[in-house]
Amino acid sequence: MAVLVTSPSPSLPPPANSVGVVGWLRQNLFSSALNSIFTLAGLYLLYSLIPPAINWALFQADWVGTTKEACTSDGACWVFVGVRIKQFLFGFYPASEYWRVVTAFSLIGVLVAWLLIDRTPKKGLVGGFTILCYPIIAYYLFYGGAFGLPVVETYKWGGLMLTLILATTGMFFSFPIGIILALGRRSSMPIAKSISVVFIEFWRGVPLITVLFMSSVMLPMFIPENMQIDKLLRAMIGIIFFQSAYMAEVVRGGLQAIPRGQLEAAEALGLSYWKSMVFIILPQALKLVIPGIVNTFIALFKDTTLVLIIGLFDLLAVVQAAFADPKWLGFSVEGYVFVASVYWVSCFSMSRYSQHLEKKLHTGHAR
Amino acid sequence: MSKSSQKQFWNNAQYRALFFQILLVAMLVGFFWFIGRNTLANLENRGISTGFGFLSLKAGFGILQSLIPFDESYSFGRTFWVGLLNTLLVSGLGIIFATIIGFTAGVARLSNNWLISKLAGVYVEMFRNIPLLLQIFFWYFAVLRTLPAPKQSWVAGDVAFLNIRGLYLPQPLFGDNFCFVGWALALAIVVTLLIRRWAKKRQDDTGKQFKMFRVGFVLIVGLPLLVFFAIGAPLTWDIPKLQGFNFRGGMTIIPELTALLVALSVYTGTFIAEVVRSGILSVNSGQTEAASALGLHKAKVLKLIVIPQAMRVIIPQLTSQYLNLVKNSSLATAIGYPDLVAVFAGTTLNQTGQAIEIIAMTMSVYLVISLTISGIMNWYNKKIMLVER
Amino acid sequence: MKKITWALVATVVTLVISVGFAQASTKDEVQKRGTFQCGVSTGLPGFSIADEKGNWSGIDVDVCKAIAAATLGDATKIKYVPLNAKERFTALQSGEIDALVRGTTWTLTRDSSLGLNFTGVNYYDGQGFLISKKIGVKSALELDGAAVCIQSGTTSELNLADYFKANNMTYKAVVFDTHDATAKAFDNGRCDVLTSDQSQLYGLRTHLSKPEDAIVLPEVISKEPLGPLVRQGDDAWFNIVKWTLNAMIEAEELGVTQANVDEMKANSKNPGIRRLLGLEGIAGKGLGLNDDWAYQIIKQVGNYGEIFDRNVGAGSALKIDRGLNALWSKGGIMYAPPVR
Repeated sequence: MAVLVTSPSPSLPPPANSVGVVGWLRQNLFSSALNSIFTLAGLYLLYSLIPPAINWALFQADWVGTTKEACTSDGACWVFVGVRIKQFLFGFYPASEYWRVVTAFSLIGVLVAWLLIDRTPKKGLVGGFTILCYPIIAYYLFYGGAFGLPVVETYKWGGLMLTLILATTGMFFSFPIGIILALGRRSSMPIAKSISVVFIEFWRGVPLITVLFMSSVMLPMFIPENMQIDKLLRAMIGIIFFQSAYMAEVVRGGLQAIPRGQLEAAEALGLSYWKSMVFIILPQALKLVIPGIVNTFIALFKDTTLVLIIGLFDLLAVVQAAFADPKWLGFSVEGYVFVASVYWVSCFSMSRYSQHLEKKLHTGHAR
Repeated sequence: MSKSSQKQFWNNAQYRALFFQILLVAMLVGFFWFIGRNTLANLENRGISTGFGFLSLKAGFGILQSLIPFDESYSFGRTFWVGLLNTLLVSGLGIIFATIIGFTAGVARLSNNWLISKLAGVYVEMFRNIPLLLQIFFWYFAVLRTLPAPKQSWVAGDVAFLNIRGLYLPQPLFGDNFCFVGWALALAIVVTLLIRRWAKKRQDDTGKQFKMFRVGFVLIVGLPLLVFFAIGAPLTWDIPKLQGFNFRGGMTIIPELTALLVALSVYTGTFIAEVVRSGILSVNSGQTEAASALGLHKAKVLKLIVIPQAMRVIIPQLTSQYLNLVKNSSLATAIGYPDLVAVFAGTTLNQTGQAIEIIAMTMSVYLVISLTISGIMNWYNKKIMLVER
Repeated sequence: MKKITWALVATVVTLVISVGFAQASTKDEVQKRGTFQCGVSTGLPGFSIADEKGNWSGIDVDVCKAIAAATLGDATKIKYVPLNAKERFTALQSGEIDALVRGTTWTLTRDSSLGLNFTGVNYYDGQGFLISKKIGVKSALELDGAAVCIQSGTTSELNLADYFKANNMTYKAVVFDTHDATAKAFDNGRCDVLTSDQSQLYGLRTHLSKPEDAIVLPEVISKEPLGPLVRQGDDAWFNIVKWTLNAMIEAEELGVTQANVDEMKANSKNPGIRRLLGLEGIAGKGLGLNDDWAYQIIKQVGNYGEIFDRNVGAGSALKIDRGLNALWSKGGIMYAPPVR
């Protein structure tokens, strides 16, 4: 009897060692002899680093107390950080005025979140407020001298607060300067173009540390004798110039990505140069370069640590100064780890955010 | 001129551009005139000495590490060169190590080994997001402090010693005729290059391949060695010895250099890893598949197909990372490595007080380095870009 | 558009012209401002150091306070500007501070080529060496081949080179930006010896993890007269700072202290004391200050002996001997020209 099989026989299950956990392991960790060696070496590395580190930082660490004597175990002594945390955050800012710093930072936090989160209403209004009113509010909150707020001299500013102030002011002022420089560099006017190029290449060509030296020892020579610029302000000026050059290059990247047709169309409509830039080109270009801007901000945020070399007390400097306290000698590793984790968490989340934006914004101009 | 033509005159884009630029120049000139006048007035009023005369004065201080002969009897001008060479040394070494670390990590991130790619990812994310200055401090003040004191040095074969004061290695002392070895090496390199040209031409013409690597290796290593032994091995080693407090003789790699170098390479390595990764990913997977379909071996695919194309993406970004490394090497001043900023813009500036001249000289050095490197890289970039059709 | 541009140009030009002239005297400026800006170190125990709350203390700080008391009548009206060795002169030259009181050694070069003037000496110091007891060295002459930690931008760097050269010894200088970094590197064992002014060595020693293991060698290899500085070309201000210091020394010599100054002012018949406290003689007129300027210094800060004692001397953690800093009548060289 002839049997005609019309339906295919069911496929056999894949070999046991190519599916499930075993399969995954084979494919991803032990696909060849060399790979297996790498895997084992990697595992050993993890084994020798992770458990001791966790032990040191968590399980054997001391968390509570007020003096060095509280640190009895072998692990980290976070008491050191805990005791000094206010100084790490605010420097020598008077404790009774801490609320001003907190208010200023919370306000900018809310404003920026408002602008960044989708679907919040009245973005234009909030944006205008952030650009025009916030700097003035922040100035009076930090420095005081009006509305019944006592003056807090800048030499008392320090710690994380100073780091954030330096980074955000650097960012805030370098942004418009950067846009102008970028437009200048792409301008058809030869003199405007060359001035922009020279400016950008000069600041990009020198290390920030020499810029800071310049602002701390040369700048005072440039200004009239009876005029003084505060040390912090001088550092800020240096940082702003330095940052503008980098910002200009980022914005230029965005400008280049906008098809020429856009400008031509704007011109055909009879828009002037500035009108076509402000209403047509820049909105598109800036949207494109938001991730780039976030990245330069991350770089600036990390670079603000350099101000300790010219004697400003940023987060790292304040923590280092605390190492010299005779009552708390020998806790430098804890201090460094604390600073490192503050920077790491901030920078890592910002870079993740920038990657997320990149994906989100990629749609418009991808071809 | 009638009223309407006046209006046209102001609406003329060309005139307006001209006016705007003249204004710009005027403002710029005004600005420089302003600061120039202030500076001169300030220097005058405060009785600060000016000019570059200080460069020939006796420095009178010692420098920890110098590639050229230096002691306190040399001039301030000499400190400039000592600092510059130290900057170049740490930058050069940093570039080499950062490239090695970066390429390894970049390739490892794309490895099909899950653990290795994740480890490389952790490395990149971890060190990229911590300020470099903090890393330098960490390596110098927290890690290197665990090294032993000179008397308890870690020893390798009684010739190399490691302690908190540095790594002490034997120093080669070249005999009289050692220059012949150098000549032999130069000759070998030239011959190798000639053979390579010939081999490439032959391969282009006939398709025959030539074992270039082996021949080149034998030439470049063998020939100088042969000459070396032929003239009687004129080389002795100066081995460091513990004398008094410290080791004397030999070569010293100071811990400041080590800490700076480690921090710079590890930090820049993360950025290079990202550059390499994006470079390799930019090569269309079709290219790799096509190459494999042609029967090329995996290593050959990488060497002949992927890397040359990836390089076009990698080179420009790599250049800017190298430039960053050179500029970042100026952080040396924080841990006392005697680079240009620490020695010249630090000690020399303090001893002479001539801030303007010294900062200007220091900045120009970095500008020249930056512009030169980016110039060379642009040229190279153009050269490899031309291959594209 | 055009109008705006021209308005802008005009503003800039006016600005350029308006500033740059007018050279107010430092004294008037300080009094108008109501605070005295004093340049101090970034932290050196005994000389100028801030505590956790940002309150400054030290012998240099007390000199700042004395200047403020003389000029403003209030020793608390001071803005302290912490400076490292590198930026200290620029800060004074540029007018960021009114006087620099930061353990600065008086030398010919500094007096003549920086546009600054030293007003006197508030501490006679000398460069010394701090070593670890473990290395078993008794004299600086045994330091051949040593690695030396040192702060950059100081005269110590030059003295060190001279000393080793003169004694035919070699050394390796490991140079740092700040006192803290220098002390930390020495503590880590990077160097065999730390060199600085002797007074600073005692202060830095308290920063070590085991202060008792480190000793200061007996050799003093240099003269380091430390004193306040002011800008050149403002003699009125120069005089005020100079005589503030002199008044404190004179007060110690006359036995006027913070505690008894009120009583002395009321009852003393000693013409010297009466002149010092502004009851007789030229008083404050010559300096352009109130007649009670010296009284304010002594009342609010104290005489030289008192500030020495509480900051670096027997009454402090450093316990440094008066030595050269004792009055000339007691074996030292502290000597003030007569206040008359």
